[in-house]
Amino acid sequence: MNADRLGNTQRPFLVEALTAAALIAAPFVLPYLNAAPDTVNRILVWGMFGIGFDILFGYTGLLSFGQSALYGTGGMVAAYLLTQAGFPHVVLALLIGMVVAAVVGYLVGLIALRRTGIYFAMITVAIAEVFYFVEFNPLAHWTGGENGLPGVPAPTLYLGFTTISFNAGWTLYPFLAFFYFIGIVIALRIVRSPVGAIFRAIRENPLRAAAVGHSVHAYKLCAFVVAAAYAGLAGGLLGVMQGFMPPDAFMFDTSGQLVMQTAIGGIGTLFGPLLGSAVWLFLQDFLQETLKLGATWKLVLGVVFVLLVFFLRHGLIGGIRALYGLATGWEKPAEPKDEGIASGETAEETQRAAAAESGPAVSATLVRHHASRSFTGPILQTTGLSKHYGGIAANVDIEFSVNPGEVRGIIGPNGAGKSTFFKMLTCEVPPSSGTITFEGRDITGMSVTDVCQLGLTKSYQVNQLFNRLTVRENLTIAALAELRGKFRLDMLRSLSKIPGLREQVEHTLELVNLTRRPDTPVSQLAYGEKRRLEVGLALASSPSLLLLDEPLAGMSPRERIETVKLLKSISRARTMIIIDHDMTSLFELAERITVLQEGRVLVEGTPDEIKSNAQVQEAYLGGVHEAAEA
Amino acid sequence: MVTWSNFFSQLFNGLALGALLALISSGLTIIYGTLGVLNLAHGAMFMLGGYAGYVAYERTGSFIVAVIAGTLFLLVVGVVMERVIIRHFYKRPPEDQLLVTFGLSICFVEIVRYFFSSLSKTVPAPAVFSGITNLGFMFYPTYRLAVVGIVALALLALFLVLYKTRLGLIVRAGIEDSVMVDSLGINVDRVFMLVFGIGAMAAGFAGIVNAPVVSLAPDMGEAILVQTFVVVVIGGVGSFPGAVLGGLIAGEIISITSMFNPGYAYVMLFAAMTLVLMVRPHGLLGVKGRE
Repeated sequence: MNADRLGNTQRPFLVEALTAAALIAAPFVLPYLNAAPDTVNRILVWGMFGIGFDILFGYTGLLSFGQSALYGTGGMVAAYLLTQAGFPHVVLALLIGMVVAAVVGYLVGLIALRRTGIYFAMITVAIAEVFYFVEFNPLAHWTGGENGLPGVPAPTLYLGFTTISFNAGWTLYPFLAFFYFIGIVIALRIVRSPVGAIFRAIRENPLRAAAVGHSVHAYKLCAFVVAAAYAGLAGGLLGVMQGFMPPDAFMFDTSGQLVMQTAIGGIGTLFGPLLGSAVWLFLQDFLQETLKLGATWKLVLGVVFVLLVFFLRHGLIGGIRALYGLATGWEKPAEPKDEGIASGETAEETQRAAAAESGPAVSATLVRHHASRSFTGPILQTTGLSKHYGGIAANVDIEFSVNPGEVRGIIGPNGAGKSTFFKMLTCEVPPSSGTITFEGRDITGMSVTDVCQLGLTKSYQVNQLFNRLTVRENLTIAALAELRGKFRLDMLRSLSKIPGLREQVEHTLELVNLTRRPDTPVSQLAYGEKRRLEVGLALASSPSLLLLDEPLAGMSPRERIETVKLLKSISRARTMIIIDHDMTSLFELAERITVLQEGRVLVEGTPDEIKSNAQVQEAYLGGVHEAAEA
Repeated sequence: MVTWSNFFSQLFNGLALGALLALISSGLTIIYGTLGVLNLAHGAMFMLGGYAGYVAYERTGSFIVAVIAGTLFLLVVGVVMERVIIRHFYKRPPEDQLLVTFGLSICFVEIVRYFFSSLSKTVPAPAVFSGITNLGFMFYPTYRLAVVGIVALALLALFLVLYKTRLGLIVRAGIEDSVMVDSLGINVDRVFMLVFGIGAMAAGFAGIVNAPVVSLAPDMGEAILVQTFVVVVIGGVGSFPGAVLGGLIAGEIISITSMFNPGYAYVMLFAAMTLVLMVRPHGLLGVKGRE
């Protein structure tokens, strides 16, 4: 199951082919295992339902307990068309049900996605409950209330000379298997598309996904609608399968069962829900029929589920992967990582640093696609910029301007308001008063995503990476924002077909000297490498103005030397503003230095002017300097 | 149809339901605010409280004993659950916490179903509060009036714990900034255990106090859990006053709407929630701290 990795191009249709083979083989093999055809069909419907849910939860990280609402909606619409409205085409009715569910999903998503995390889960529960009551009461005339809608016809296929009727059991199986196959093929394309990559980025770190220039809300809504469409279609198939659309499709239990099955099978795998429902239905049969446990089977299931969440958090597929990894050494255990590496220098690092010293083969230019060069004057200018938190003034009346091509350093004691200033520049926090102009355009009050799209971005003081993705995938996410804009629905397009993406990622890898480990997950990187990737994330969107918040923080002396070299080569083609406490490095890098103190600009000048400025010495280098001279 | 006495009686029903929801939601919200865990088994705990009280009542015939038993039993359940399971999930992603508490809620429901079957059980109201009271303008079941009083007392007790004790100070501080509390050298481990126990106790108490009003069924917690979510979203996560306000609002919306058409009770409740989300995304009295 390499569906989870980006840009998997070696064997492009392997998963699809295996799925097709398994679906074709199933009716010939499963009867020998005593599997009832109805159970197999049921597994397919749940599996279908789960594909969409897995895209929502497993890939995008949004745990919804309200999928029953969309499942029921799609099913009821299709069943109503077929039984009450006299609509003759089963497949068309199913598709209409799917579309209606997607539209409803869009509206529900608009409300539920106003909040994140726990709130999102609670709101989806509440919404699903409303649908249940609406179906039962106000809409009972259309939905049959507690009786549901009986008499859903079986699909037929007219071939010109004969008509195939998909009635029940194994004769219905090909119909459901066909839909499941199409569903999986589309889902695989989605997760391998740029949109799928951004879904994962949102799961890993929504704040950074927004900061590198993706419209997180729009993509979340997109995932929600995709999940709704799958749910709607699965609901329709449920009605067709049973010849009856049950009202309990709307119940909270339905959502709960979906969540549990997906977690049992393995989230973020697309096939997890199918496996999970197979296990579920098998256990149900086994416990109820063979062990005669009656209604108690659900208790056993609950206990099994709790244990599973406890010990096997990636579900059965995750467990199988881990076993496979143990057996073959395929997924090597994490290399010894040096968190907070003050002195941690492996032989490899020393070697790499030496290589850096001998001059990395870095060409310093990245092509900018969206820079507007029509402005003249400073690339960035602030007037009267202030930020107050309650009674505390973090920044007061900052007048600041940077010319194109300049490298500016900002220094100041802790608490001088440097980071707050950066946050205002990237529009992460709104200023209390004052304006910010970037490339001649007033960006005050814009969103961090829009500002990044304009070409102004930041590397963070504390690493904000996509931890479970590889180095290359991290940079891909950032590069996509520049190449595709903040939102685009190219869900069925392969990531490898984006023009310029590969080059841009490779180039950024070179710039930050991470070409040796492009396919290492971030969690296995050494601290210094993470720091460089952090800068790389900002660079990959080829900004015209790059802000670096303490890029050298926490690095060993050797890492510093290497990083300063990197920053120098990066600075050749762009404007940069750097905050750091490492004076030596900063004086070496920057052409001009701005000193902040207590939220105000104290002085500004060339490194030499700053070094000899009495005010700065007094306020900042103060006693140390005098002591050294004495 | 809708008469004045009908209206007032529904208004009182709303007050009783609202007070109950306020108490249950307070439990949920202080657990979430302090521990960062949304307990999906909270509804099941409400149900457990009712059944524990039922067992005690069947043995002793005393309602007071039933209330004490239901409450204490849930304190124990909460503490054990925190020590054995929840504790291991603080460092794990919120999704895992949701999954495990959801799994636990199924276990609770099915255990009760195993021992007591799906048939509903009843606990009669205590003799003192049986019958009907003449309020001058209408007649109203005495026990329902008593529920309002009893739950108000419980809320007052919870208020005193939260605002007048050292534990409460830590809990409230934890809701504002849990990292800071951790770094102040406070034994959060013990506090977390207590908070989870108290939160569970609130649900259990509500469960047994509510038992004479409704009949007990294993899956009764589900509907309450959903209503509690709406209350918390309306009131604001982590806010005790928010839970009380949200509870009363939700209770009245459900009752008043039911007077016209019970089918729309949830629709109206949901409409109110949506409105709050649009106007005040953090809830009426919510703080931005915990999200």
